[in-house]
Amino acid sequence: MKTHQFEVIVVGAGGAGLMAGLYASKTAKTAVISKLYPTRSHTGTAQGGIGAALASEEEDHPEWHTFDSVKGSDYLGDQDAIEFMCEEAIPAIYELEHMGLPFDRTPDGKISQRPFGGHTNNITGKPVRRACHAADRTGHMILQTLYQQCIKNNVTFYDEFQVVDLLMVNPQTTGVSGATAGVVAIELASGEMHVFHAKAVIFATGGHGRIWEITSNAYSFTGDGPAITMRRGLPLEDMEFFQFHPTGIYKLGILITEGVRGEGGILINGQGERFMEKYAPTVKDLASRDVISRAIYLEIREGRGVNGQNYVYLDVRPESVNKYAALDGRKNLDGTPFVVTGEQILAKLPDIVDFCRVYLGVDPLTQPMPIQPTAHYAMGGIPTNMYGEAIKDEKNSLVPGLYAAGEVACVSVHGANRLGTNSLVDLVVFGKYAGLRAAEFAKGASYQPLPPDPAEFAHAQFDQFLTSDGTENAFDIAREMKKVMFDDMGIFRSGKGMQNALKKVRELQARFKHVRVADSGKIFNMELINAWELGNLLDLAEVTTVSAIARTESRGGHSREDYPDRDDKKWLKHTMAYLRPNGKIDLKYKPVVITKYEPKVRTY
Amino acid sequence: MQVTIKVFRYNPEKDKKPGYKTYKLDAIETDRVLDLLEKVKGYQDGTLSFRRSCAHGICGSDAMRINGFNRLACKTLVRDTGAKITVEPILGLKVIKDLIVDMEPFFENFRSVMPYFVNDEPEPAQERYQSPAERERFDDTTKCILCACCTTSYPSFWANDKYLGPAAIVTAHRFIFDSRDRAAAERLKILNDVFGIHRCHTIFNCTLACPREIQVTKAIGEVKMALVTGKLD
Repeated sequence: MKTHQFEVIVVGAGGAGLMAGLYASKTAKTAVISKLYPTRSHTGTAQGGIGAALASEEEDHPEWHTFDSVKGSDYLGDQDAIEFMCEEAIPAIYELEHMGLPFDRTPDGKISQRPFGGHTNNITGKPVRRACHAADRTGHMILQTLYQQCIKNNVTFYDEFQVVDLLMVNPQTTGVSGATAGVVAIELASGEMHVFHAKAVIFATGGHGRIWEITSNAYSFTGDGPAITMRRGLPLEDMEFFQFHPTGIYKLGILITEGVRGEGGILINGQGERFMEKYAPTVKDLASRDVISRAIYLEIREGRGVNGQNYVYLDVRPESVNKYAALDGRKNLDGTPFVVTGEQILAKLPDIVDFCRVYLGVDPLTQPMPIQPTAHYAMGGIPTNMYGEAIKDEKNSLVPGLYAAGEVACVSVHGANRLGTNSLVDLVVFGKYAGLRAAEFAKGASYQPLPPDPAEFAHAQFDQFLTSDGTENAFDIAREMKKVMFDDMGIFRSGKGMQNALKKVRELQARFKHVRVADSGKIFNMELINAWELGNLLDLAEVTTVSAIARTESRGGHSREDYPDRDDKKWLKHTMAYLRPNGKIDLKYKPVVITKYEPKVRTY
Repeated sequence: MQVTIKVFRYNPEKDKKPGYKTYKLDAIETDRVLDLLEKVKGYQDGTLSFRRSCAHGICGSDAMRINGFNRLACKTLVRDTGAKITVEPILGLKVIKDLIVDMEPFFENFRSVMPYFVNDEPEPAQERYQSPAERERFDDTTKCILCACCTTSYPSFWANDKYLGPAAIVTAHRFIFDSRDRAAAERLKILNDVFGIHRCHTIFNCTLACPREIQVTKAIGEVKMALVTGKLD
């Protein structure tokens, strides 16, 4: 077992991790540990844009971005943190540009912006151009640019190291309450355990959408960070809120960006109707994601899917775009009617066109795309304040030396439903602050003592896969989990369905103890790693379901048929879920921070 | 339909030399080769090892030789391969286990071309301006996902992994032709090296291999032209 010492350890090398690594390494001895080679990270799949009120071409204000995000969050987001993020978004975009990020440009040479769901001119209520973009590969360009800067600045990386445990000091022995001491990781190439002794640890491990059957998420999105911290007794916040993106490729779940609708695409049901007019009369196809996903689900349930199947069409054929743009009276900035050609659509959305051609055999320039909602983004996660500092209780007490940023964290800026583009804003802004704060903390702190056998808990977790009776198959368990979570913990939920999901997940957790891997080797034993990842997903599926059952209201991404209304009196609060040593999940709550915007009815 | 997938296998902890194993399984035309590998791993042989993440052609993890051509397993469908599929590791990089190769020489080449934006002039308060035409100039090469499909289809790289290879040149191109960048001359000097751009014999293997449809040979040609003329237009 090798031991390393760094002042700051960043776990994960997506957008948040790289930003944290860049900033922390300016003043502290820092290493970034990732189970993937950094450019494989899931930030790279973000498509449509990153939001900031730059007002490149039309009036916009960070206050509008703030209000839109508060409203999008269904008033569950903490307003001080949202305001901070939306103000910081502007310098963050310019910083990315100064790092060389190739944003698309306006005719004047400024950063080009496109409309996106839920982003509005707060006076007219109409969509505003706020999403800065690089074609439909904005996330790819952010990931590449940040990694390039890390190379330029000689940031230290441990690529293909799977972090499996967080080391914390026992408060009884040191008097320092639960301070961070480092992490344990497995080097994939050798199978060896490594201990990274650290003063500060930043989790930036992304989301856990692989819990659901239809998802836009990468195989690697297995919730490693929250599973690790939960097992160490730290709470997870608002886990019942998971976003279903309205437009995933039918059956595959591959993301089709909201940018398609920003560029004029519309949703059409099996009867050829533009159904969003009914659900969101003002912004129609550019309503918030939760609103549109529910609308699609209802259309399908009422028999208006295409050919009686579980999908509707997303139509970006130029003739359709132009027809509906004319009906809406959509204008260009110079007042001329909005008209697009197939060539322009191809230039703005090349990857979308490519995905449809490859996976569906459908050419979106001449045929509509079959889509269905797809599990996309975790609003919940490791609770932090607006500087990325991890929180351990309902009083917002800090965990000394622990940080989280990006999708893994719950600041909360996304509340019950995240607005499109805000995930990229989140990871750049909070990645930076987590890095700065961690480095600052490390400068004033000493290394906490390592436990006598730092890898003990990690070994215990992995040994079970080599010694169990092997009567269960991990793939079957994963398949059954994904199915029940998609059926009963999806866009619409009910007490009965969620109880069924919980029962099933617990049965699967029990069966999981009988999984044994065939590969007993050390080198790139991906079967062993994948088995451990499945355990993370199961545990997070359980905490998600338990948190959801308790919340007897509908808000944002949590929609209950048995409690269809938002209940601010009882439920304007964040869930804090704890895994107790006896295996039970305990729910506590903390208030939402309301500054300027009193909750009101949410319509689009 | 039933498909047969013949997979290159090598476990350094057990096998004296590499071999192939053949698996039969049910598939539909729209299954990705990656789906088939996952199914084999899940139900027939858990020891089969390969890299994968996003599963839709963006992260660049799963470059493999599929029926003799460099492809991403997640972007190659049974519809394209037919019912007989052979999967092997990409060439020119040391096989570590099964379909997993040592990517370090590839990334070392990538790092050697200054793969980052350089401009030490004072930063403006807002963005540096760039016209849509200037931005378009290097658009194609910004698509690169570093999967290594191009570089490992490149015969000079098989012979010697010190040759930079197409991916590193594509990366250099992305910065050389960016109107905001100021290090084109330094990068061109690096590419002019004996292991650099002159190894390209314009055989188009790399362009055919690129899963992002980057015009790799064209990009290399533009860099060569810049070396000859000293101009970036």
